[in-house]
Amino acid sequence: MKELRNPKAIRKLLGDIEEIARLLSRPPRIMEVCGTHTMALFKHGLTPLLADAGVEMVSGPGCPVCITPAGIHEAAIDLVAEREGLTLAAFGDMTRVPTRKGSLQTAIPGPGSRIKIVYSPEEALDEARRNPSRQVVFFGAGFETTIPAIAFTAKRAAAEGLDNFSILPALWLVPPALRAILEAGEIAVSGFIYPGHVSAIIGAAPYGFVARDHGIPGAIAGFEPGDILLAVRSILEQAAAGTPRVALEYARAMRAEGNPVARALMDEVFEPFDAAWRGLGTIPQSGLRFREEYAGLDAPAKQGLTVADAGRDLPGCRCGDVLRGIIRPEGCRLFGTKCVPDSPLGPCMVSYEGACLIHFKYGRTRRPSP
Amino acid sequence: MKKISLELGGGGRLMRDFIADRIIPAFGNSILDELSDAGLLPGGLAFTTDSYVVDPLFFPGGDIGRLAVNGTVNDLVVSGAEPLYFSLAFILEEGLDGGVLDRVIRSIRGAAKAAKVRIVTGDTKVVRRGQGDKIYINTAGIGRSVARPRAAKIRPGDKIILTGTLGDHSLAVMLARGEFGLVSNVRSDCAPLLFLLPLWKRGALWMRDITRGGLATVLFELAERIPYPILVEEEKIPLSRPVRAAGDLLGIDPLYMACEGKAVVIAPASRAGELLRRIRANPLGRKAAIIGEVQDRVGRSGELLLQTASGGLRLLEPLTSELLPRIC
Amino acid sequence: MCLAVPAKITRLEESGQGTVDYMGSEVKANFSLVPKARRGDWVIIHAGFAISVLDEAEARETLQLFKDMADASR
Repeated sequence: MKELRNPKAIRKLLGDIEEIARLLSRPPRIMEVCGTHTMALFKHGLTPLLADAGVEMVSGPGCPVCITPAGIHEAAIDLVAEREGLTLAAFGDMTRVPTRKGSLQTAIPGPGSRIKIVYSPEEALDEARRNPSRQVVFFGAGFETTIPAIAFTAKRAAAEGLDNFSILPALWLVPPALRAILEAGEIAVSGFIYPGHVSAIIGAAPYGFVARDHGIPGAIAGFEPGDILLAVRSILEQAAAGTPRVALEYARAMRAEGNPVARALMDEVFEPFDAAWRGLGTIPQSGLRFREEYAGLDAPAKQGLTVADAGRDLPGCRCGDVLRGIIRPEGCRLFGTKCVPDSPLGPCMVSYEGACLIHFKYGRTRRPSP
Repeated sequence: MKKISLELGGGGRLMRDFIADRIIPAFGNSILDELSDAGLLPGGLAFTTDSYVVDPLFFPGGDIGRLAVNGTVNDLVVSGAEPLYFSLAFILEEGLDGGVLDRVIRSIRGAAKAAKVRIVTGDTKVVRRGQGDKIYINTAGIGRSVARPRAAKIRPGDKIILTGTLGDHSLAVMLARGEFGLVSNVRSDCAPLLFLLPLWKRGALWMRDITRGGLATVLFELAERIPYPILVEEEKIPLSRPVRAAGDLLGIDPLYMACEGKAVVIAPASRAGELLRRIRANPLGRKAAIIGEVQDRVGRSGELLLQTASGGLRLLEPLTSELLPRIC
Repeated sequence: MCLAVPAKITRLEESGQGTVDYMGSEVKANFSLVPKARRGDWVIIHAGFAISVLDEAEARETLQLFKDMADASR
């Protein structure tokens, strides 16, 4: 796939983009809602190249760890700190999210309890199988890309009758978040780049309302530099022609109908509810919780744990505003001064998909010399 | 910092701050203040030390014993010194298998022989079960200076040579821990860099071996010492297939992954071609490449810039948080 | 692991477990979400699961598109 990074092809696409951008009545501002897109834009130095071509890129709520409210992170910490003989399994970056109770990494575990970093929910299930005398809780945060894997793991655990495994869910749906951003009207967006791998699960239809009801163009994109620029070009073409739709610019990896098997699994294990997001507040039907038949796998229920609804961010942290797209990380007073990766004050500076971390590590760009 | 965190040992900003805030004020003198890989002593001697805490003890391509010799050898070589005499100190955990210790000792002997160093003094301590993780090793090395690194002579146009692929050691150790459900044939690049010693007389101005914190950390330290920005070209950086794959699969950036047998060599453009040829002539330097240069066209003093494969330009940051614990 | 990469299926068991090859590295994967996948297919792997099968014709088209753009650009 290195052809999709070829600098000559990239230059050609940027040239097209610049031409079309000039035809538009307003300078285009395009929002992506996926931390991996944010990462790709910055790692490859595309953001300033696009700015030079007349296109402003903005990040939305694309980081599932970041939008998980402090209350849920604190519940995970409570589990480790207050229980005995419990293993809390989580993806690496989640263990460093700072809360008023510290982070999972700094929490003092209860007797015999510990944290285990895993790369897949199945690893957590394996841990439960191998240690029947320990309680294993998988702290799973994710969008629709990850949710089917978690659903499968839950179903497996239920089928095997494992009584020492449960899941602390932080499951978020992308289309309702888009709806909330558009309805809030805080930021004028001329187009959306839709997340390629979420779309591999949900397909193209759930984004249809953006074009139909709001007249805003969009394109589903992959993650190579070429993929992103193809999507930007498609969005600008739609805008210039006045024909907003949901373009499929990642046809090699996703189908328009998505993955029905994965969706059926999600649907079997989870049901949507009105969930509270960090920064965006409660969004209707935007989160997933266990259906009653699977309630035995819900860690809060099983472990008798209260999850504070939102919890509070650390003072001065503007992660919520970054997630809404109303400020860039650089717009937060604490960015790069008090809040740095070594001592983060919010999840946006911790998560691999957090805009603040990405801007800090990759966002200091320079213009190439003439 | 009230309590020592694991991240302090990572080789990144926390460690640099630790040295600046606690070590230099306590011990600072003209030799230590240089913060070279080895202390350059009056009379033409160089002196260095390193401790080895790697987990697991044995991994594809090496073990703690080989690391303990080669790591210290390399610190001397990149400081312009021929390694000669070593000390060897063990801290052993009660209950350690005698056969394991024998293997490590054999490995140390083999590495010392290959690096032509003699172990002339040492120490052994044993701690209670649970108070030390099997084996910790410290080696200190004395070498004879053949040249002095001259960062002050570095000018725009000087080239940056990387002696081979990045991250192989780091990945080999990670996979040896069995953590990722990932199987590959990557091997640690643990090796002595003696073949770089003659380059000091052929135009090399400055060298550093790439360990914890990876290439980015080494170049950042260079950028802090010279008044010119550094530009590196992403496309030119040699990477083995397993490290490339692991980077994509696990999200780890090879620019920050540790090596144990790779170095950066800075030389004027007029000498760089010849140095590259000499490095490539050695089996340990087959994949060497000129990956960038010191320049003053873009960026500001102290900056380390990366030209991405797609033609973008961004700053590289030094390593901030602990990537991987206990890899060296 | 929040990343997703394309990889080739090297082993696929009845149970849905198996392995993929990614640039010479072998990774365990679960194929239950892509029941139509066969050994030799390319899939997108995320968090240890294959979430989608690659359409090789589309992939070739995309590669060709970029080769053409690279050639056209001076």
